[in-house]
Amino acid sequence: MRRQEILKWNGWGYNDSKFIFNKKGQAEFTGKRYRLGGMVLPTFKEWIEKTFGASLEHKTTSRASLNVNDVPPPIVNEEFLQDLRATKISYSQDAEDRVFRAHGHCLHEIFVLREGMFKRIPDIVVWPVSHEDVVKIVELACKHNLCIIPFGGGTSVSSALECPEEEKRTIVSLDTSQMNRILWIDEKNLTACVEAGIIGQDLEKQLSESGFCTGHEPDSMEFSSLGGWVATRASGMKKNIYGNIEDLVIHIKMVTPRGIVEKNCQVPRMSTGPDIHHFIMGSEGTLGVVTEVTIKIRPLPEYQKYGSVVFPNFERGVACLREVAKQRCAPASIRLVDNAQFQFGHALKPQVASIFTSFLDGLKKFYITKFKGFDPNILCVATLLFEGDREKVLQHEKQVYDIATKFGGLAAGEDNGQRGYMLTFVIAYLRDLGLDYYVIGESFETSVPWDRVLDLCRNVKERIVRECKEKGVQFAPFSTCRVTQTYDAGACVYFYFAFNYRGISDPIHVYEEIERAAREEILANGGSLSHHHGVGKLRKRWMKESISDVGLGMLRSVKEYVDPNNIFGNKNLL
Amino acid sequence: MVRSSISGSGTALLYFPGAVPLSQVHPSALLLCSEDRGELRHPRSALQPCKPRTTTAVTTYRSELSGSRVLSCISSKCVSASLQKELTSKKRDEFEDILEERRLSSDLRYAMKCYTPVIYKGLSPCKPNAIKSVVLQSEQVQYVIKQLAKEMGESPDIIQEEATEILDEMGHSMQLGTVRFFAFTLSKIFKQLFQRVCVNEEGMQRLQRAIQEHPVVLLPSHRSYVDFLMLSYLLYTYDLALPVIAAGIDFLGMKIVGELLRRAGAFFMRRSFGGNRLYWAVFAEYVKTMLRNGYAPIEFFLEGTRSRTAKTLTPKFGLLSIVMEPFFKREVFDTYLVPISISYERILEESLYAYELLGVPKPKESTSGLLKARRILSDNFGTIHIYVGQPVSLRTLASGRINLCPYNLVPRHLPQKPTEDIQEFVSDVAYKMELLQIENMVLSPWVLVAAVLLQNLPAMDFELLIEKTVWLKGLTQTFGGFIEWPDNLCAKKAVTSGLSLHSNIARLVDGHVVLNDKGVEDGAVGEIVFKRALVILMCSTYRNQLLNVFVRPSLVALALQMTRSFRKEEVYSSFSFLRDIFSDEFIFFPGISLKDFEEGCFLLTKCDAIQATQQEIYPTDKGSVVVSFLSAMFRPFVEGYQLIFRYLSKETKEAFTEKQFIPGVRNFVFQLLEKGTTQCYEALSSDMQKNALAALVQLGAVKKKKMANGFSYSVNQEAIHKILDVFDARTPIQKPMAARL
Repeated sequence: MRRQEILKWNGWGYNDSKFIFNKKGQAEFTGKRYRLGGMVLPTFKEWIEKTFGASLEHKTTSRASLNVNDVPPPIVNEEFLQDLRATKISYSQDAEDRVFRAHGHCLHEIFVLREGMFKRIPDIVVWPVSHEDVVKIVELACKHNLCIIPFGGGTSVSSALECPEEEKRTIVSLDTSQMNRILWIDEKNLTACVEAGIIGQDLEKQLSESGFCTGHEPDSMEFSSLGGWVATRASGMKKNIYGNIEDLVIHIKMVTPRGIVEKNCQVPRMSTGPDIHHFIMGSEGTLGVVTEVTIKIRPLPEYQKYGSVVFPNFERGVACLREVAKQRCAPASIRLVDNAQFQFGHALKPQVASIFTSFLDGLKKFYITKFKGFDPNILCVATLLFEGDREKVLQHEKQVYDIATKFGGLAAGEDNGQRGYMLTFVIAYLRDLGLDYYVIGESFETSVPWDRVLDLCRNVKERIVRECKEKGVQFAPFSTCRVTQTYDAGACVYFYFAFNYRGISDPIHVYEEIERAAREEILANGGSLSHHHGVGKLRKRWMKESISDVGLGMLRSVKEYVDPNNIFGNKNLL
Repeated sequence: MVRSSISGSGTALLYFPGAVPLSQVHPSALLLCSEDRGELRHPRSALQPCKPRTTTAVTTYRSELSGSRVLSCISSKCVSASLQKELTSKKRDEFEDILEERRLSSDLRYAMKCYTPVIYKGLSPCKPNAIKSVVLQSEQVQYVIKQLAKEMGESPDIIQEEATEILDEMGHSMQLGTVRFFAFTLSKIFKQLFQRVCVNEEGMQRLQRAIQEHPVVLLPSHRSYVDFLMLSYLLYTYDLALPVIAAGIDFLGMKIVGELLRRAGAFFMRRSFGGNRLYWAVFAEYVKTMLRNGYAPIEFFLEGTRSRTAKTLTPKFGLLSIVMEPFFKREVFDTYLVPISISYERILEESLYAYELLGVPKPKESTSGLLKARRILSDNFGTIHIYVGQPVSLRTLASGRINLCPYNLVPRHLPQKPTEDIQEFVSDVAYKMELLQIENMVLSPWVLVAAVLLQNLPAMDFELLIEKTVWLKGLTQTFGGFIEWPDNLCAKKAVTSGLSLHSNIARLVDGHVVLNDKGVEDGAVGEIVFKRALVILMCSTYRNQLLNVFVRPSLVALALQMTRSFRKEEVYSSFSFLRDIFSDEFIFFPGISLKDFEEGCFLLTKCDAIQATQQEIYPTDKGSVVVSFLSAMFRPFVEGYQLIFRYLSKETKEAFTEKQFIPGVRNFVFQLLEKGTTQCYEALSSDMQKNALAALVQLGAVKKKKMANGFSYSVNQEAIHKILDVFDARTPIQKPMAARL
């Protein structure tokens, strides 16, 4: 409940952190939570105006606060309330509490918060504090035939948290945030048993007190929860060292309408038929509530080092990443941004402190563009993060830079690398600024075999540009991508897409049509429906195509057995 | 045979939106739905006869518009008829004579001009030889080399060597110097041969934009060797990237000329290489590499060879499916297909073609032959019209139609047999592009004269000819034909100038126009027949240019005559029968028999030739002129096919080859002509004979078997007799299909 007070009700992240234009008309990032906090970004305004054709004079503003009168009244049956009170589990029917848990962070959801109201929101929010509480709530829900929608960090970008409009039963939002304890740490086996409601950054902070970490760092880790990671098959930035969620999880306890599902041991691997964890991971809240997870932990790394490499063009950059993956020497993280994103990152450079740094920057720029002949409108940048023993890191670093050199790459410094990763967290705040100036945007992702990475990136970006033109978008859109993960057999590609919607009467609809076209394009290029965002309700229409009729039937039959009355009725996935 | 056409019409009905029985729908109602605007339009306004020579503003969005229109046709098949209607309503571009400037300024300076063509935005610049090595090193070719090496137990190096040889034989080596040489000599030659070379400039502008945007495939019609020379010449003139052209390997037999063509951008393909996997792999990869890199526009002829009859040949699919593959595999974002219609007032090879059709073999391409042919330089071949059509986006055509999943599950460099879906799509696109070629083909007044003349042999009153020609001009325009007849040109002048240009075919004698078959009077009967056949075939070459514009209403007219009933369903049965029989003779979009019928009926209604009620179709009093003219226009085909079928019905041999069939049927027809029992000279045409045989194979009346060297055929006598009976109206076509109407 505390969290809700420090977070924005109608946008991303902390209340005190946001992009603004100061009195001088310069962009600035507020707050002290991020490295960028309090800094002035002198070239950012120009970039926005140039990229989006946006102007600071044309502003739209969100409602200042939630209008409680707009909120649909709760449908709660009195008998259930009596039973609930008897359990002593805290709950609320307050409008703000309910609206806060009625959405994730899709563009259309934020848009509704700023200018409209959801048709259907949870009727009641409950805060279990333990596995036993969850068992009680699920029992009550079965008894009274209610609908439960589990809520973790609320960072979904797949419409997974939206309440089905046609749901007539009472919708219970089961907020796991009070189940946030580390139950035990097993240093011999390097595992920790953690309640599923814990938020990513809290988990890492608490583990670090004992000298450990999980190393799982999705971009949303400041706000997303362990249970949410399990339910969506999350992926972390440093998966090259630590693995994705499916590699990290040792044991899961989940409460379903049928009862509790878990394994009888905590072992690294077992051959007992299809792994039941894989029914749970990615189930997106359709089967039950994950309450406790045993997760692998590692000693905190001795040394961390950032890095960056400039490539003459995107093709060479991708070829380099492919080679790194082939040699299986990827650092904890390696990401390649295209030219548009490089320029965007450039625009977010804060004012330099001294003439000396500015002189150095100029010198670097001269070296790369004039001396080495890189075209600033074509070049692209890879950012790197190394972790481990100091000596091994340095060795590793040399190996990677040697490969990069073979592909025409030039080392571009630690600072650029670190800034790149910092921007990952800050970039999410930008959408709220854009929304104030008629710019809407979103990100989406996919995974794709290596040989199709370039074609997919080019075609999807081109498709977005064409669809915008066809749909009457007046200014060319910002359509950019980065390769964020490398695997043996392919890569994860992340797209950002935003446009200025002035002159369009129904921007959200237009936006969704374009995103849909982009997804069609991804699938036609041999990309997946999702690498880590999940399906939710946003991408359901492609499930059959993605996993075949029979595959869908397999998932359905699990759902039918585990939850025959559709208590977990968020309608995701299937 | 009838059954197969039934199932054909069945499919057409399946595609029909809402499946409203035809009898309840006025044909024109189907045209009401304007696909790309989503609003209703009055059919009249959609069908205003086109005005040639009107300038239109071209916007970038036009290509997309037309693309979506074509798409709707291909993706749902059912709207193709309305599509064609709509396109006839479009204003056509204005023509520019490119020779005009050539006659005013120096050819040498023109050949040496600064040539900096616009190029594809994604072009990775590359020399012709570099392309070859890219192809040789490509995963695609290397894969096949390794496979073959394993299978044959040979070293891959030997096979690689073979691949290099293939590439050297195939590859072009475009050089600016040679291009300039051609620019100079062709200027001289074209000015000698032709009065004017007219091109729609807006088409060139559209092409220019298309070339920058996506890889471009040029799909010209093929009537003459002049086609590709002229097209390259044109692109050079307009400062556009010169195309690489798929040419037959026969040209390499010509000393010097073959190499010259190679340096001007021709690449050479063997006539048949279906069985040779290495050749296929190298060739396909060569073409695709040039396409993917955006190296140059790729040009080839859908028809596969020069049409000897000036009638569009049914398309070949091999090269088309190769150039479409990079898009299917998403190696390129899109590919533009550009239909180009080139029409000749007088075809350079007209008499060669006629000889060839009559069985006098085509002279082998040779340099000395070419030099001998130089005497034609003193002759006049009139005007050429080149209409560069709207670039059609392959992406738009494929949208919603192609399931790409199979391409996602196999590495892209492995040779993969296209799925049935894809094959059907390729075929639909091929027909679509040919229909677009036909639609934009400029028709000269002489074409009308030839059509009238052929119905009035051996002689016709000059004044009557003029009168009928003018009448036919109106009819052609009603049917959407694109006639180049300037407003200020009086009919008499038009006919006279046609006659003077084609004095080898017809001439004016004492106020009558007669065929120019000099020497016919004195000679053996056989010689007379041969000479007459030559002239008639030459003349029909010009009439043929009208046929694809007229074919739908004419088959309705023929069906009306065959049926001897006015019941719509029976007329449709006959129509369908004829459409199946002539499926290789004329160009029909696959599987939309009902739409074609409706279009035919609609056009006949439009010129008041027939009246249609819900159940019946009958000619109006006024309309009998039109109906009988139309059926007479196609009479040679009906009679010719009957003769050919009759010949086959007497065929006793168990199996025969095409080489046996053609002379056999030719002799058979020849004898009948000598005896005077038939006047159908066109049945001597080997083109018609082959088409008829192909149609029978499709209808299952002839079995085609692959043999070691070519194909062998065997006749199903019962089926042939059944078809002949339908022609003679002895047996009605079976009903079931009609019940579906």
